[in-house]
Amino acid sequence: MSTESNLILSVRDLDVSVKNRKLISDLSFDIFAKTLTCVTGENGVGKTTLIKTILKQFNKNEHVQSKIKRSDMQYIPQLRNIDDDYPLTVFDFIGLGLQHSILPWLSKKEKQSVQKVIEMTKLQDLANTPLGSCSGGEQQRVYLAQALVSQPKLLILDESTASLDKEAKFMLLDVVKSVIAETGASVLFITHDPVLVQQYGDYDLNIANQAGTIKPVKEAQ
Amino acid sequence: MLEMLSYPFMQYAFVASFFISILCGLMGVFVVARKTAFFTHTLSEISFSGASFGVFLGTNPILGMLLFTVLSSLMIGTVGSRVSRRESSISVFSVFFIGLGILFLSLADTQSSYATNILFGSIVGISYSNVQTLVGLSIAIIVITTLIYRKLKYNSFDNVGASFNSRANTLVSVIFLILLACTVSVTAQIVGSLLIFALLTIPASSARYFVHSIWSMTILTFVFSLIGTWFGLYLSFITNLPVSFFIATIETIIYIIAVIYDKVTRI
Repeated sequence: MSTESNLILSVRDLDVSVKNRKLISDLSFDIFAKTLTCVTGENGVGKTTLIKTILKQFNKNEHVQSKIKRSDMQYIPQLRNIDDDYPLTVFDFIGLGLQHSILPWLSKKEKQSVQKVIEMTKLQDLANTPLGSCSGGEQQRVYLAQALVSQPKLLILDESTASLDKEAKFMLLDVVKSVIAETGASVLFITHDPVLVQQYGDYDLNIANQAGTIKPVKEAQ
Repeated sequence: MLEMLSYPFMQYAFVASFFISILCGLMGVFVVARKTAFFTHTLSEISFSGASFGVFLGTNPILGMLLFTVLSSLMIGTVGSRVSRRESSISVFSVFFIGLGILFLSLADTQSSYATNILFGSIVGISYSNVQTLVGLSIAIIVITTLIYRKLKYNSFDNVGASFNSRANTLVSVIFLILLACTVSVTAQIVGSLLIFALLTIPASSARYFVHSIWSMTILTFVFSLIGTWFGLYLSFITNLPVSFFIATIETIIYIIAVIYDKVTRI
């Protein structure tokens, strides 16, 4: 079904532990291009720690191997400390993600790429609004847009839908799906929500009892 | 008005205020975004302590200031800013360094007026060489912030995101804190370590309520500091009251207006 050339990330016999407490052992799975893989499991099984371990060991040893560069991967953390008087506009916040140049100002091309991700994430009406004034669902789309502006090949979303209402959840995942279709990026999505896994997921990496199993979502039905 | 400008000490004060305002615009916006206002406060107390150490050794106080502030910036930058933001560690640091400063001053056996000079500064008592140092520092800070601007703004305005998706974060933080240490040390001689804390935090905190991009916040912060210092100098000249009082009051009024503006426009 998926060939070697589509392989974006390959995890082999990875042990995940926090402060010497082992959470997951001997985990192996593959992530292919243009797919959405959901990482599921109870609270505290180590989903976020798994992602942080992958980020830390990325291409540094045989456990986490990838053909893409670390800078081609973007992680969207679950919590960000954005107060309601956070001053920067949505446009400027997204622009923070542009780190490939050292010019202090954004070039015309970079401004266009910010504009493009604003359209992709349906934030046109909010471009000049301070981020602190945006709703939770809007902020999640802004974080997604900031990650997208550097044109990543692998995106990791950590519980991005956790605090959102139903409508905002579906809207965010619709955007993620269209991003996958448009840019060919692959997505790792940590979630609790079985409905979202069924509706949007291609693969389900379920973590339980210190072990992880990955299977296609559609066949599991 | 013209009479005021005919005195060389007033000319120096106005020129120095202009460059201090540039520094406040550049550094203040990041100080506020990084929520390191209280570390800046501690830094001004550390600079007091460093200055008295310099006096104790019999060298130039600025050397003691730079030594103390740069070393503590290095420590905070590498050990972690999270520790520095804890209320308890701020109190511990402040008290310890003020105590140390008093100890050095008493050991050095100098008159206590020197202590008030470092704490409160005297902008109308500065020399041509003070102005030169200030201009040099301003140029150095403009050049270095320009070089690390992208990383600095990501690291400052989206600390969590940058910690995962940007490299050299610790290095950028350390560079920024060293620049801040130099700013505090050099300007503390002129406006005093207490007032530099006010100028590095209040104008930038006010500006973020009016404008919403980093450039416009920088420029507005510069304008607010310039209004405060220039008006303060003028009022001080005609009333013969302390200039620090006027600067602090003007900046506070600007901040109150900013908060009210924010409340009104949010409705």
